[in-house]
Amino acid sequence: MPTQVTVVTDRQQDVPRRAFVAQIMGLPVSIHVRGPQALRPGVAAAVEAAFSELRADEAMFSTWLPDSPVRRISDGRDRLVDAHPRIRHVAALCELAGHRTGGSFAAWLPGPDGRQCFDPTGLVKGWAVEQAFTALLADLCKLGPHDALVCAGGDIAVACNRTDTPGWVVAVEDPRNRSHTLRSLELRTGTVATSGTAARGTHIVDPATGTAADGLQSATVIGPKLTWADVYATAAFVKGAAALPWIATLPDHAGILVGTDGTVSTISGIKPGAHATRGSSLASTG
Amino acid sequence: MKKIVLAVMTTISGLVMLFSYRTSTQNVANTTPEATDSGSTRSDAGTTTTAPSATASAGSTGSAPSSGGDGAYTGGAVETRWGTVQVEITVENGKITSADAVQFPNDNPRDQQINAYAVPALNAEVVKAQSASIDAVSGATVTSNGYLESLQSAIDAAHLG
Repeated sequence: MPTQVTVVTDRQQDVPRRAFVAQIMGLPVSIHVRGPQALRPGVAAAVEAAFSELRADEAMFSTWLPDSPVRRISDGRDRLVDAHPRIRHVAALCELAGHRTGGSFAAWLPGPDGRQCFDPTGLVKGWAVEQAFTALLADLCKLGPHDALVCAGGDIAVACNRTDTPGWVVAVEDPRNRSHTLRSLELRTGTVATSGTAARGTHIVDPATGTAADGLQSATVIGPKLTWADVYATAAFVKGAAALPWIATLPDHAGILVGTDGTVSTISGIKPGAHATRGSSLASTG
Repeated sequence: MKKIVLAVMTTISGLVMLFSYRTSTQNVANTTPEATDSGSTRSDAGTTTTAPSATASAGSTGSAPSSGGDGAYTGGAVETRWGTVQVEITVENGKITSADAVQFPNDNPRDQQINAYAVPALNAEVVKAQSASIDAVSGATVTSNGYLESLQSAIDAAHLG
């Protein structure tokens, strides 16, 4: 296995921990749980319920399954206004995402025949994982204080309900060498999403031009909700170099951008109570 | 080297021009305080940020800093739907390495609510780039086929029951 990272297994020996992996929506979905019941059937059942919820969303939202409700809308066989409330909710979130990103995200894109096709895939993954993770946390609470982490194809949400554990350490992959990481951060609660071409090649389309975005190697956004971190990461990737000042204006979000020349830029986001320091020169940050 | 410095100068001037434009736009739009919440302001911010990228606006030095060296440069005020912010960029070795919002009104409960989630300080909380105790890896979407080669699969493998 081509990996440069040594995985330490003896960390937090006193708190049981277990990982679960399932392939859903064409993605590897990993869930890690730390806490007293982590190795017990109760936690396994809660995790399986979360996987089931994701499979149900896959059946509803997949644009690959020929008869999924969303595929039928995309093909023009069914109308969005008649769709399941969950689908209409996602469609509304997609509209909001379009506004919040200044048009860098869109669920309606021209298909091969030029007709506008409904494809909410870019938002559904983050949203579905966020929903399933929230339900999982509620289930785990009934079993005692547990920490949990989900990683769905590189998009991550974490939560800690224990007080005796460290935060989860989330690393950001180096798009130039995917067996290396660029930055790591410790989070007790929050989400991290990355958009880029390293894993699947050029596939992110700029809704404004209809062409593949190529202004960055990767865009990572850190924030409180996976739905929005994921949407903002996609939008940042589409915006290219212009994403740098844009992310800085998003409250509660931070970012890490890797330019086409390999430059790594970090964006700390709006800090509460921060005041202008016009003209001052900050010390270099390592 | 001269070429690099010029590139930096134009990049910075691009950013400065970008912000200057937004500021002047905002002066018109900001006649009512409610404007900060309106959709038009929001799309205004979106439009300007999706304008030709800062690095693309070469050829004019505009109001660029007189020296193209390293340091921190503050752009003009940017009106967002959450209020006014200024973006400060840090240049190291001729490259922009960070952008931080340096002004944000925090004098009403709504703002405080918005800021309830503490953005992790990326620089302060950076562990080691090659940290051994990673729990998850964020990267470009890994497909099921690519999973076995991913760092995440190695981490998972250590904890599978």
